[in-house]
Amino acid sequence: MKRSAGFLLCLPAMALLALGFLWPFTVLIRMSLNRTDDGGTLVPDLSLATYGKLAADSFTWSMTADSVRLSAIAASLALLLGYPMALVLFRSRSRFRGVLAVAAVAPLLVSGTARVIGWLAILGDGGLINGAFAAVGLPRLALINNWTGVQIGLTESVMPYAVLALLAGFGRLDRRLEEAAATLGARPLVTFWTVTLPLTLPAAIGAWLLAFLLGVSAFITPKLMGGGRVFVLATEIYDAAMQTLDWPAAAALSVYVLALLVVVLLAQAALSRRLA
Amino acid sequence: MKVTTVLATFGYLFLLSPLAVVTILSFSSDPYLIFPPPGVSLRWYVALLGSQPVLQAAGKSVLLALLVTSLAVLAGFPAALAIARGMVPSWVGGLLALPLLLPTLVIGLALLMVLQPLGLLATWPGLALGHLMVVLPFVVRLLTTALASLPASLEDAAATLGAGPLRAFLLVTLPLAAPGAVAAATLSFLLSFDETVISLFLVGPRLTTLPVTLFHYAETRVDPMLAALAVSLIVLTLAIVLLVDRIVGLTRVLGRA
Repeated sequence: MKRSAGFLLCLPAMALLALGFLWPFTVLIRMSLNRTDDGGTLVPDLSLATYGKLAADSFTWSMTADSVRLSAIAASLALLLGYPMALVLFRSRSRFRGVLAVAAVAPLLVSGTARVIGWLAILGDGGLINGAFAAVGLPRLALINNWTGVQIGLTESVMPYAVLALLAGFGRLDRRLEEAAATLGARPLVTFWTVTLPLTLPAAIGAWLLAFLLGVSAFITPKLMGGGRVFVLATEIYDAAMQTLDWPAAAALSVYVLALLVVVLLAQAALSRRLA
Repeated sequence: MKVTTVLATFGYLFLLSPLAVVTILSFSSDPYLIFPPPGVSLRWYVALLGSQPVLQAAGKSVLLALLVTSLAVLAGFPAALAIARGMVPSWVGGLLALPLLLPTLVIGLALLMVLQPLGLLATWPGLALGHLMVVLPFVVRLLTTALASLPASLEDAAATLGAGPLRAFLLVTLPLAAPGAVAAATLSFLLSFDETVISLFLVGPRLTTLPVTLFHYAETRVDPMLAALAVSLIVLTLAIVLLVDRIVGLTRVLGRA
């Protein structure tokens, strides 16, 4: 009785989920089993032909390598930049702690496009950096519409998530352990290396992984900051769906990216089991 | 200790510099995004208010966000109640969080493939359904947390004092859950209002949203009007967050979830 009432209460939400997620996702997987002929028209099929075509295309593999490298570097930089921020936030007893915490996650509340426009204003030809360079007579640097720009923008866009993941994982860090190390004569760097870092390593791994997964799925930053010259898996899915209108290819690439993300998650799970 | 502070400051500078620079350049008098701006003017904000496509898209985005928020709270509240009271097995909560696991790009593409044959692209139901896939998991999660933290003994007390289940729910549970519901609704509005990627697949000339207009504009050219639009969005978002925080303690409610 109670259980059926519970399911009744969940019915509207479940119906929306089925309509907007489960059904479309099934259609997407089914679509990846169709194929397009040489003229680009969709041919109903039930084969792995589209996957075969993608696997035979060296562009798929170079794009995969580029996406993985871009996201791995962005995740590492976000971790390096975000770790001290999370540490300061975690330890802070200041009355400005709330403001600092909000400032760290504020970019999450701001549209991704607005942040990209900020980066274009900093990195563009007439932007902050090149303006400063020109003022002191240095040559102009190409910082947008290329990999450098996308790398910088992507790092910033995954950083708030890395900070949040670090903060959530810092619960294991007991202040008294660091104080004990200092009392026993360890200098700050030694304390950090032998106490703080090992205790926060699981949080750091989790934060890196989250940033990496978000980096691979990111679309707005590579699309807008790459200026049509940077090709990653996400932009290719969009272009296949919206420009070349090759839906089977877009669907198969999506399934491929999801498989990639699952493999990374499984690898992390195996790794953390070995560490534990 | 000092080293950490310096490094953290560097992190903050990196993270917040795009927001700072876009704000400065939105007041530029120059037609290009040049730093430092040669002069200060409000001309791009004036141009924004005179731009028909921007104003229309803004109106549509507000309406869509209100529609999505109403639907998300109407569908999410009963589900959250069932989950918080343990009336359904725990996998139901996991199932409702499922869309969070997929990149929004894939959700948008999948919806395109379903809605296009039905002629539902660039329609209110189509876009609302897309936005709900992003919004609903958060709303259910926040409301579940809010409802689970209410002591069940209060309803028992109401029952002891003679209130029926419905009366107890309306007079005790609902008012106590209100701050959580307001926080969930606010987050829902902001998520829908800023949603870009799913919308990109589902809009059309008939119906488009402000973030999509901003995105396509940024694809073709970047001028201070774009910066002014970005800053307007940022200010609007911050104003809503601060206002709701004042009323119900948004950060406190969000911090618990």
